[in-house]
Amino acid sequence: MDNLYRDFILEHYKHPHNKGYLDPHDLHFADSNPTCGDEMSMTLRLDGAGSAIADVAFDGRGCAISQASASILTDGLRGQSLDEVKEMNPKDLLDELGVPIGPARLKCALLAYKVLQGAVRGGEVAWPAEAEAVG
Amino acid sequence: MAVEPALSTLTPGGFSGTALRADFAVFDTLTRSGKRLVFLDAAASSPKPRSVVDAMADAYSHHYANVHRGIYELSEDATTRFEAARGKVATFIGAPSKREIVFVRNATEAINLVAFSWGRTNLKAGDRMVTTQLEHHANIVPWQQLTREVGATLDYVAITDDGRLELDDLRAKLAAGPKLLAVAAVSNALGTINPLAEIIAMAHEAGALVLVDAAQAAPHMPIDVAALDCDFLALSGHKMLGPSGIGALWGRRELLDAMPPFMTGGSMIIKVTLDGAEWNEVPAKFEAGTPAIVEAIGLGAAIDYLTALGMDNVREHERYLFEHAWAALDAIPGVRLFGPADPAIHAGVISFVLDEAHPHDVATIFDSEGVAVRAGHHCAQPVMLRYDIPATTRASFYVYNDLDDVEALTAAVGATQTLFAD
Repeated sequence: MDNLYRDFILEHYKHPHNKGYLDPHDLHFADSNPTCGDEMSMTLRLDGAGSAIADVAFDGRGCAISQASASILTDGLRGQSLDEVKEMNPKDLLDELGVPIGPARLKCALLAYKVLQGAVRGGEVAWPAEAEAVG
Repeated sequence: MAVEPALSTLTPGGFSGTALRADFAVFDTLTRSGKRLVFLDAAASSPKPRSVVDAMADAYSHHYANVHRGIYELSEDATTRFEAARGKVATFIGAPSKREIVFVRNATEAINLVAFSWGRTNLKAGDRMVTTQLEHHANIVPWQQLTREVGATLDYVAITDDGRLELDDLRAKLAAGPKLLAVAAVSNALGTINPLAEIIAMAHEAGALVLVDAAQAAPHMPIDVAALDCDFLALSGHKMLGPSGIGALWGRRELLDAMPPFMTGGSMIIKVTLDGAEWNEVPAKFEAGTPAIVEAIGLGAAIDYLTALGMDNVREHERYLFEHAWAALDAIPGVRLFGPADPAIHAGVISFVLDEAHPHDVATIFDSEGVAVRAGHHCAQPVMLRYDIPATTRASFYVYNDLDDVEALTAAVGATQTLFAD
């Protein structure tokens, strides 16, 4: 347990960054992981040019992995261009979590990525291949 | 052997779960945590005793040929063993005749068989049928599909805050004159043991047939279809120490006789011409194609194992473990338990949530302690909706469990709470 639930993950879970709902916002998307009932929404504000992320917030309920992952992902988003976000590699988020994620928990870890992609692409995207180790 | 020395302590079931672990090879190996395996997920699928694995290896090695076909020794031998397994299932559930036992893949397929065959013949536009809010998806979705297709109405019996069926609501739904009531014997998500005899009598009085989903009951308590007076009953082999890929549908002979085939092809016909075909008698009519021969034999071996223990004893054993586990968990602040507190109507299945941790986190942390539990909606999303929760963690007991597993369960809850405490 010390491995997966080391302080870094638990700290983000207990005290998540960027949690809430931006009103007004430019982009919004909500999605869920039906296998465990995790729900997540994301609101984003863009800069004046409408091409980069000025602010971001996520909301939702779910396990420590999904919530910590959203906290960590959103931390790095401000200032990134939409194009950069669209090209984001989901593997980088898994690496950033810094702990091995078992096959049954990959969707928990990548829900935030999926919601973010839905927001910047204007509609639901498929689960990335990295999440499909277990159907 | 990694297992601890067998304790001589017997539970009220008259046997020791600790001692029985020697019968299951899976307990020979330590988990990746370095701790012994505490398996608390029989409700999803159970481990297999060596006797089942050995019976299947023996059948494949020495007694295997196709059944009901070959006019040679090996095929006759395989057929005899396959049909003997059918007889064991019939005896196990008190069926009047083994001809009323249809081998299927699992309880899900058994229910689908009835929905397709009986349902599409007997349910018409404007008709009603009833199921309940505590069912597994396998006893909901086939009926949703059926009633939508034929234009019938599907009613759901409500459940109480402590996970029992609202019998007044059942009475009201039955008053509308449904043709069928499909109900679980035991809830997989809550552990509730439904008062089947009372329910079945009520349904019959209202003119409805009753299908019992016994997937969670047949492995854990005596079942007697004749005494219950139900009309159909579905079970899965893999939850009752048998292999996956084999289950059974029991139905009253006159109902099965009147039903059209579910799937068609070889074995299920008596005569085929270019103009059509005549159906074989039951149960062959419902067993198109080469069946799961060795899986059926494996199920027979699992029934032998359970019968040697005695199903009354299995029930008493699990009831004892349930009482200890429920009391221990109930005493821990921050643990919310689901289902009825009364051990007389609660099987060895405990669904719970912790205030601080999501069920998936709980299961992952338990796993790191060698404790295998299920987390999720347990294929019973209407139950989760009823209690406004996304998921639960579920611990389920079986014959190889003992008080040391109950201790491991409560210790794992404590470890999780410590980790998630602020």
